[in-house]
Amino acid sequence: MSADRQQRTIRCMVAKVGLDGHDRGAHVIARAFRDAGFEVVYSGLHRAPEEVVQAAVQEDVDVLGVSILSGAHNTLIPKIIEGLREYDAFDDTLLLVGGVIPEEDAEHLKELGVAEVFGPGTSIQKTIEFIEEHAPDR
Amino acid sequence: MTLDTKTLVDELRDGNPRALARAITRIENRSKGYRELVGELHRHSTGADIIGVTGSPGSGKSTLVDKLAAAYRERDERVGIIAVDPSSPYSGGAVLGDRIRMGSAIGDDGIFVRSMSSRGSLGGLSGATADAVKAFDAAGMDRVIIETVGAGQNEVDIVKTADTVLVLVPPQSGDTIQMLKAGILEIADVFVVNKADLEGANRIVEELLEMIQLAPESEEETWRQPVIETVATSGTGVDTLCETVDEHLGFLDRTGLREVHARRRYEEEIRTLLRDEVGYLIEDEIEAHGGITELGEAVRNRETDPYAVVEEIVNPLRAYLSERS
Ligand SMILES: Nc1nc2c(ncn2[C@@H]2O[C@H](COP(=O)(O)OP(=O)(O)OP(=O)(O)O)[C@@H](O)[C@H]2O)c(=O)[nH]1
Ligand SMILES: [Mg+2]
Repeated sequence: MSADRQQRTIRCMVAKVGLDGHDRGAHVIARAFRDAGFEVVYSGLHRAPEEVVQAAVQEDVDVLGVSILSGAHNTLIPKIIEGLREYDAFDDTLLLVGGVIPEEDAEHLKELGVAEVFGPGTSIQKTIEFIEEHAPDR
Repeated sequence: MTLDTKTLVDELRDGNPRALARAITRIENRSKGYRELVGELHRHSTGADIIGVTGSPGSGKSTLVDKLAAAYRERDERVGIIAVDPSSPYSGGAVLGDRIRMGSAIGDDGIFVRSMSSRGSLGGLSGATADAVKAFDAAGMDRVIIETVGAGQNEVDIVKTADTVLVLVPPQSGDTIQMLKAGILEIADVFVVNKADLEGANRIVEELLEMIQLAPESEEETWRQPVIETVATSGTGVDTLCETVDEHLGFLDRTGLREVHARRRYEEEIRTLLRDEVGYLIEDEIEAHGGITELGEAVRNRETDPYAVVEEIVNPLRAYLSERS
């Protein structure tokens, strides 16, 4: 019995890719996630897809939330997906995208394997509930 | 050994970063079978140099760790980094931001950075840290660097896992006296006056040197804590710091102290694990006796007393153990 005292905590990474400026939004999200009991690795601004992938693999996060405002999602997100696959980490990482993404692009990203796309109006609470429901059970 | 553990350890020793990451997660989660995993990792570890870096919040630890790691990479050494953030002990959640300053790892699988929180830890965060070090060691890292804020006993325990402890003292902090209180100064092997580009660096260096002078002379070879100035943002002083770390490791090896310290750490680890394990057994026994609330209430009602309750729980164990010997 004593050998089974597990301490499972949902680990997330909040990453900003692309060139857009400030990271206030990412900070707000990171703190909200923390208050929901998640462990949030925050990796800073202006990350290249390879960096995000490497960090997500090393930190072994359950959830990778990519915030992207620069409009380059159609090139950057597939690169992240490809990178995760290379490490064999794609299947048990819940990949979320946040930002201003046109409807048809969002559909396309979901076909590629993004679990959900959250637009600018999404409440953080809704995002948290989504994660709690869908975080991979490893 | 389960196949799963064996595969994981094989892959991790093969340099697969994903396997290493997964092993550390199991250690952190105390997942089923993690003991066996840690045992196997320990068997395959060869004794990486473990460097602890501590100091007050914002003193430049992450920035310096990043520069140290880059310097080791230049010598073709592989580096594991554990960035511990013990700041939110009980909420369960945490924001781990040390990684922001660690850009050297980018695109280089020779540097592996892992952020850890405290999770109000069972078995103590220092236990999980020590086990994660074993994973890095078994994965073939030459150096393992542990960053933690120098605040209290928890952190002191964590850096005690290290062979060489660097304590950062930035200028203008009025830190020295505060840290004396926290007992951080005693655990320093090297003092690093980081942010040496700021005003007041000279004064701090002098203060530290003065304090170190007070240490008693001795016949045996002793280690006098050096004071190194660095500017982590630019990398100034980092080469000197690397040399100083190696001098300290050399001193430990020459005097046999590295073995002595390692043995003491394992002694401590065994004790801690035993205490935890026996603690769990006792928890189960308390449940079997109706739970702690019931027992407390019974004592309050004068039906029994605390000592009698303890006797009742511990006696069967004691009887079993004495019978066996
Ligand atoms: N002027 C100057 N600033 C520095 C130096 N080293 C670090 N900094 C700055 O100090 C700030 C804190 O640096 P970090 O490396 O995050 O410090 P830390 O000790 O890891 O911080 P915590 O992990 O939050 O306790 C950053 O803005 C750094 O750029 C230095 O040598 N000189
Ligand atoms: Mg830091």
